Amino acid sequence: MGDGPGVEGRRVVLGLGNLLNRDEGLGVHALRALERRLGPEPEVELVDGGVLGLNLLPVVEACSHLLVLDAVAAGEPPGTVVELGRDDIPLLAGVKLSEHQVTFQEVLGLASFRDRLPATLHLLGAQPQDLRIGLDLSAVVAAAIPPIVERAAEILSAWRRSVAVVSGRPG
Amino acid sequence: MTRLVVDPITRIEGHLRIEAELDASNTITQAYSSGTMVRGIEIILQGRDPRDAWAFAQRACGVCTTVHSFASIRAVEDALEIRIPKAANLMRNLMIAQQYAHDHVMHFYHLHALDWVDVVSCLSADPAATSAIQQSISPWPNSSPGYFADVQAKVQAIVDSGQLSIFANGYWGHPAYKLPPEVNLLAVAHYLEALDWQSHVTKIHTIFGGKNPHPNFVVGGVPMPIDLDSDTALNAERLAIIGDSIGEITRFVDQVYLPDLLAIAPYYLEYAGLGEGLGNFLTWGEFPGEDPNDTSQLLVPRALILDRDLAGITEPDPRDMEAMKEFITHSWYRYEAGDQVGLHPWDGETVFNETGPTPPFEELDVEGKYTWLKAPRWNGTPVEVGPLARVLAMYAAGHEQTVELVDSVLATLGAPIEAVFSTLGRTAARAIETKVFADHLRTTYDELLAAIQAGDTQTFNADRWEPRSWPGSAKGFGYMEAPRGALGHWVVIEDGAIDNYQLVVPTTWNASPRDAQGNPGAYEASLVGTTLAQPDIPLEILRTIHSFDPCMACAIHLVDASGNEVAEVGAGLHVHADG
Repeated sequence: MGDGPGVEGRRVVLGLGNLLNRDEGLGVHALRALERRLGPEPEVELVDGGVLGLNLLPVVEACSHLLVLDAVAAGEPPGTVVELGRDDIPLLAGVKLSEHQVTFQEVLGLASFRDRLPATLHLLGAQPQDLRIGLDLSAVVAAAIPPIVERAAEILSAWRRSVAVVSGRPG
Repeated sequence: MTRLVVDPITRIEGHLRIEAELDASNTITQAYSSGTMVRGIEIILQGRDPRDAWAFAQRACGVCTTVHSFASIRAVEDALEIRIPKAANLMRNLMIAQQYAHDHVMHFYHLHALDWVDVVSCLSADPAATSAIQQSISPWPNSSPGYFADVQAKVQAIVDSGQLSIFANGYWGHPAYKLPPEVNLLAVAHYLEALDWQSHVTKIHTIFGGKNPHPNFVVGGVPMPIDLDSDTALNAERLAIIGDSIGEITRFVDQVYLPDLLAIAPYYLEYAGLGEGLGNFLTWGEFPGEDPNDTSQLLVPRALILDRDLAGITEPDPRDMEAMKEFITHSWYRYEAGDQVGLHPWDGETVFNETGPTPPFEELDVEGKYTWLKAPRWNGTPVEVGPLARVLAMYAAGHEQTVELVDSVLATLGAPIEAVFSTLGRTAARAIETKVFADHLRTTYDELLAAIQAGDTQTFNADRWEPRSWPGSAKGFGYMEAPRGALGHWVVIEDGAIDNYQLVVPTTWNASPRDAQGNPGAYEASLVGTTLAQPDIPLEILRTIHSFDPCMACAIHLVDASGNEVAEVGAGLHVHADG
């Protein structure tokens, strides 16, 4: 992270996932689609978090607004758009067999434990269909990208309004 | 409200599966270790430019991203007889020493500590008593009763908030936890501090390699010029940043990590008699001097120790076509000459032969093939690699600081030298070598400054960069003592392209299956004889496997004497939450 604004007012969209496992990479695909829609000056930081695990802790802890784009196994039909608010995302830190096994929920769990979870936090994604090796999204999950981008843009607009109120500046 | 089940998708480099059999007294009689994901980098590398190999090889792992790059560039430099400049060697050694400190501290606090530290127990600690313990073991400044009361309040807040799932995956309350609440609180505080520390200490990699993880490398040196007056080179400002970073590293190791190990270990002395396994150890060595081929200049010697015989230490030659072999009798591969033979990595073959069972399955066919890991052997003997092997090698070779540290740790614990051949010994060795390497970081930094002052600023040797300067055929060996053990890359170059490339990684040694003779690997041997207090929550297995620092996520499968399943422990973290 470079010299940006402080934690307060720093707004980040974080796309997560492994692009080599088809729908697992949904969050990164959605981030790229959102980037195209927002144009050259997106007013938020767009971060491709890939599979960086614990390296994402400083990113998460250094913002006040965080939108996470990710594949979510929610037991819904494939392609169903899933959205979870700050208090609905299960956090955890627990037993694992390898240091090479940090899930993003654990990153959120650690941020929460350290009292540094962003005040505004959304998780947006879709139920994956196919996690086998492959570079493209399955058709049903690819069809979920436009509504995800649409919803993400709405969330960002709401952020802009709230930040404008807080700072007293026009959004 | 509907019940929402969120099952996180794991993002991990591969999977390790342990199957263990228990007798009537819940003691492990047999263990089998299986890697359930194939690597295949060897196949991807065939036919490529050897100067590019590091970029592919480093992707063997997403966490320890430097180790395969170092092994790769060293293998190619060995094959093409390229000598790197002095400053480049010092810069590489700085990156390697930093990697050890970072990796080991995070392993201890973030992974291994929770095997010994009961987080929930710290709620009943007296912060003033924790403060007194802290002040008695180290000058670390975060030591007031108020500081520890704040940490305790944080844990209390998490418990009160109902976000109990943050702890639900722990084994809190298991009878095998032995620390008093006050020591648990001390360790939890440092677990949280280590998370801040770790985000500050990767600067050496970022500066020398342009980014981290996955820094940049180059065959022939380091991809970073030295020019004190340039904004784009290693300059005075960046050297100062590195100097500060080294200070942060050594302070934490000296004042937190090593004292904590000594505070926790006395409560777990039974693990000084458990989890040894093989008693055979191998290192390829680390921290080369100016002549990379002169193994006598290595700080960690290249060493083979058999049957605990520290007086009989010898130097293994990775070029020895007879001694260094990989077997696939129980691995999902096929060799042209049959499944019983072993092959030296220069002659290595990577041809898949997956024989099942088809997932989902209950049990592996351990009489046949049961893993994607080959079985590397030294003269037919299985060996352990890692921190314990390195510390024993330095100890046996008479490295003064190591001898002092080992002897003082043993004296503090009141344990004999035999105690090092154990789960606790492995964990203590990791802390001891971190101290040695963190101090080496400072020494190496001072040497780099002196070299720069003397005008020794070349960081790249271009003499053999062009393929037309290479021999038609060449073979090379490259090594790195990765944090979790001896890593070797063997390369064969023909007419400017890679003809064969084999990686023998530390976890392949440690998690290896049985070989053609039926000899078990290090994990498999280390678990036999361990008795489980509660087989449905096999904390004792976690402690021993964690002490090796596996490079893969793992699932544990336990069956009793009659073959009934006792437990299937998914270390793969499944969460179920109401939403």
